[in-house]
Amino acid sequence: MTSLLVQPTGAAQAPTQTRRRGRGGILVAVLRNRKASIGLGIFVVFCLLAAVPQLFTSVRDPNKLAFTPSETPSGAHWLGTTALGQDIWAQLVYGTRQSLVIAVAAGLFATVLSVLIGVSAAYLGGVADDVLSLLTNVFLVIPTFPLIIILATYAGKGTLLVVLIVLVVTGWSYGANQLRAQALSLRNRDFLESARVRGERRSYIIVFEVLPTMTSLIVANFLGAALYSVLTAAGLQFLGLGDPNSISWGTMLYWSQNQQALQTGLPLWSIAPGACVALLGVAFALMNYAFDEISNPALRPVRRPRVRRVHS
Amino acid sequence: MKFLLRRLGFFVLTLWAALTLNFFIPRMMPGSPLNALRARTHNKLSPAALQQMLTAYGFKPNQNWFVQYLDYLGNMLSGHWGISIGATLGTPVSKLIGQALPWTLGLVGVATILAFALGSLIGTVSAWRRGGKVDSILPSVFVVTSALPYFWVGLLLILVLSLWTGGLLPSDFNYDNSLQPSFTLPFIGSVLRHAILPAGTILITSIGGWILTMRNNMITTLAEDYVRMGRAKGLPNRQIMYGYAARNALLPNLSGFAMSLGFVISGSILVEYVFNYPGLGYLLYNAVQNTDYPLMQALFMLFTVAVLLAVLLCDFATAWLDPRARAKG
Repeated sequence: MTSLLVQPTGAAQAPTQTRRRGRGGILVAVLRNRKASIGLGIFVVFCLLAAVPQLFTSVRDPNKLAFTPSETPSGAHWLGTTALGQDIWAQLVYGTRQSLVIAVAAGLFATVLSVLIGVSAAYLGGVADDVLSLLTNVFLVIPTFPLIIILATYAGKGTLLVVLIVLVVTGWSYGANQLRAQALSLRNRDFLESARVRGERRSYIIVFEVLPTMTSLIVANFLGAALYSVLTAAGLQFLGLGDPNSISWGTMLYWSQNQQALQTGLPLWSIAPGACVALLGVAFALMNYAFDEISNPALRPVRRPRVRRVHS
Repeated sequence: MKFLLRRLGFFVLTLWAALTLNFFIPRMMPGSPLNALRARTHNKLSPAALQQMLTAYGFKPNQNWFVQYLDYLGNMLSGHWGISIGATLGTPVSKLIGQALPWTLGLVGVATILAFALGSLIGTVSAWRRGGKVDSILPSVFVVTSALPYFWVGLLLILVLSLWTGGLLPSDFNYDNSLQPSFTLPFIGSVLRHAILPAGTILITSIGGWILTMRNNMITTLAEDYVRMGRAKGLPNRQIMYGYAARNALLPNLSGFAMSLGFVISGSILVEYVFNYPGLGYLLYNAVQNTDYPLMQALFMLFTVAVLLAVLLCDFATAWLDPRARAKG
């Protein structure tokens, strides 16, 4: 989870980059970057699974105890069946949707919140900045996972909505901190000064002048927040704090742990959903890191040993 | 001095905010702790004892909430954390925490510091040998490992190194139950053997972040003029690498270290749960399962204090190491 800290060190270069590249440039840059295209590829596959699970399995009700329990992988059941008699592959396919929705929705809302708080703190300055950045720092430091566990317990075993709210409330602070720093560095740039001189309203300047220059950082933040949400939601459900009847990877992990899948010779039951969580997390992390490389050329992989000769 | 005072102020304020959250969450959430407690202790305790326990918990529904709040703050800060009302009914919370604390400190503390030190070192070397063999694979590998879920790595390690090897490495508890805790060789060996897998899990998942941030910081620092100056002076490479570049690149990582402790604590809850390791995280999991409110509150406060203390220490270290931080305050 420390990967959340791996975000633009040289973010200040971002605006000039995006401006020079123009429309469609980001997409081309993403496709050219190997890490980004692998990440994007995994993400697209999961999106497909989430959108049309019927295409990938003949089972229609994956939670129904319809099969012989504890079967090993075979042609009929690609990954075997659970100790309760469900098809593991079908559960995996149908579970994609909830895990993906949690990741994207929580990531999106958390990013919106960090943009709102981070950018307004930097732009308003003065007391408003002091209050908002104090709030950000407090949320940044308070250990969120114990808080999430406690929140989810009090709110009754979490429905999807509870899990989402909890993830957003605890996930926005890191991004807000970064966006504030970035917006602060933009504050006294000429193009903002000229907008001010033109007599534009503050809201106009923030939305149409400041935000577009921060696109790459905002996207990076979304990816970071989505990664955080995938891992945290799965962890929460794994501990049994989600809805035990829902279909998701975390819930599968909960039941497999509950039934001692590892010790009873059904390792796939717990390794497979965990691997999916990991893959989705890796997809977000790869895209995030690649974005960092795209917006900060200094970090790009060096192909020729030219630089080395200079250094040594 | 002003810098340190500001940081101290932040410490107190955040602690207060966390404690306040901790106080209000149970009171705002649906479902009364009182009912849960009644249900749990239905036949086991007399009404008088129940009343006494509730008082210790600080839950006096008829009292003015502000008075309750002040009492609660006083109790939390003075170590009167009440009595467990979960599976370990009647045991003082401070005793339960005292038993679990050393295990978590030993396991998570050592693994985290090891990950930080090793990660920073590897990151330094990788940035120095830019474009070398190590540097071309490392970033991709560690982007992947740092996105893996803690519990999954734990499960995988159990499967591969414990089950498939026929129990070569233990995957349960903190030491062999047949041994008596003592300072003898077999006991210490057993403790270490039981720590390998959980510590390995923490190391694998957390080291990647350090390597990547350190590498990126180093790359930025290596472009600085003072590094070029060092080269022009003909200083030995080793000295430029560690004495000039790494020293400066480490500073942002240091504050990141404190911040990341929150993530490590979250991860360690899952790791301790997977390995049934009787530390604070496992204790929190049990407290949640048994709706043990006093224990939950005390643990959450402890976690917050731990992170805050780390942040404070790193702030002091930064102020000591970096004159710019002192001047800015």
